[in-house]
Amino acid sequence: MGALLRAVIRRDLLLAWRRRSDVATVVLFFIIVVSLFPLGVGPEPDLLRKIAPGIIWVAALLACMLSLQHMFASDHADGALDQMLLAAAPLGMIVAARAFAHWLISGLPLVILSPILAIQFDLSPELSPVLTLSLLLGTPILTLIGAIGAALTLGLRGGGMLLALLVLPLYIPVLILGAGAVDAASAGLGADAHLLLLAAQLILTGTFAPWAVSAALRISAE
Amino acid sequence: MNQPILLAGGVNVFKYAAPQTFYPLAGKLMPWFFWTAALLCAAGLYIGFFVAPTDHQQGEAYRIIFIHVPAAWMSMFIYVVMAFWAGVGLIFNTRLSHMMVSALAPTGAMFTFVALWTGALWGKPTWGTWWVWDARLTSELILLFLYFGFMALQAGIDDTRRADRAGAILALVGVVNIPIIYFSVKWWNTLHQGASVSLTSAPTMAATMLSGMLLMALAAWMYSIATALHRVRSIILEREQGAEWLKHLPEATK
Repeated sequence: MGALLRAVIRRDLLLAWRRRSDVATVVLFFIIVVSLFPLGVGPEPDLLRKIAPGIIWVAALLACMLSLQHMFASDHADGALDQMLLAAAPLGMIVAARAFAHWLISGLPLVILSPILAIQFDLSPELSPVLTLSLLLGTPILTLIGAIGAALTLGLRGGGMLLALLVLPLYIPVLILGAGAVDAASAGLGADAHLLLLAAQLILTGTFAPWAVSAALRISAE
Repeated sequence: MNQPILLAGGVNVFKYAAPQTFYPLAGKLMPWFFWTAALLCAAGLYIGFFVAPTDHQQGEAYRIIFIHVPAAWMSMFIYVVMAFWAGVGLIFNTRLSHMMVSALAPTGAMFTFVALWTGALWGKPTWGTWWVWDARLTSELILLFLYFGFMALQAGIDDTRRADRAGAILALVGVVNIPIIYFSVKWWNTLHQGASVSLTSAPTMAATMLSGMLLMALAAWMYSIATALHRVRSIILEREQGAEWLKHLPEATK
């Protein structure tokens, strides 16, 4: 089982490495969206400091959405997905490994970049780690929930917009808890409660989402 | 599944799981539900607009409660019913359950929209604003998005079998998320202290107000069942076109 998971993760990382520009697109999108907001709302540092967590979180949400469409699409096109459905190993495990690999490619760069973007918004040094930690806990949830949507919309016309419509409402709790953690910390309330709830949701989603993704994949690949 | 589930009187439940037996049954039941809905609605509106007293705080504006609250209840309940039929459809592989889910979705979305719309109309005279980011308003809005997502997914898939099953998964994922969404929105709202006005307007309610509201709620139930039956009949006709049994229907041979 361990060997299989390692093989799946290694394969996805290798594929991503061969298509580096796809990964770069997501990261650039994230940076550009975040940088657009000061241009839109004006450069007052007080305002920017206040809205920074929300903006960075919304941008992360959208960047995750952007990368989701590619999660199963090429495997579906070249038949690799059918092999995974036929494999002796439980599909849920394969899906979990793939979600993890996908997060390493599209979620982790956003987490790593967030302290730099926080500087753009003049977020105080105490709050920046809270933002990074909330993204670290939250982005895997985005990947897992998004994987359900990606599996359901596999190979459909207009799949991208449809995916956004399905997945974004389900992202709301993550957005609230993630951005709320930074807000609570800046209000002096402490971010523990938010981060713990986020961790709880990560465990919950990590348990059930692979199962839902496998069911959705079996339906879509029928 | 092999062992038929028998109700009292020896009625096999699964008999009506087949579209061809359900179609005439739904046709027979539908007018009853429509007329009950119309009568209950007339009675409820009469009590609501003529019998119920004027609220001492909100004046006449409160009377929108007779549409608003039943619509809000129904909007939430229909999603749960949809998830129930979606689960039944996935477990027992009954086509009719999936048809029921698709038939319920537009009615649910309609009630969600009505609840939001009447809420805005009610908010303007009482709170002085069309919209506040109150927890209940926000989660109702998200519910509307969930309905739209479900309908968009089903509309986006041409193969009906796939559309049914994909929609069922989405409905189940949505129903698991609804409590999480609701509590997170509620918590977000209390932290932000956005709404300074409370939705609980009157602590105690006059008996006539309550009875008017309950009548309207029952009317909403009956209306939902009637429209769902009506729509499920259309869906059956659409999907079974070309089936032999359709040719023997009384309305076809007439």
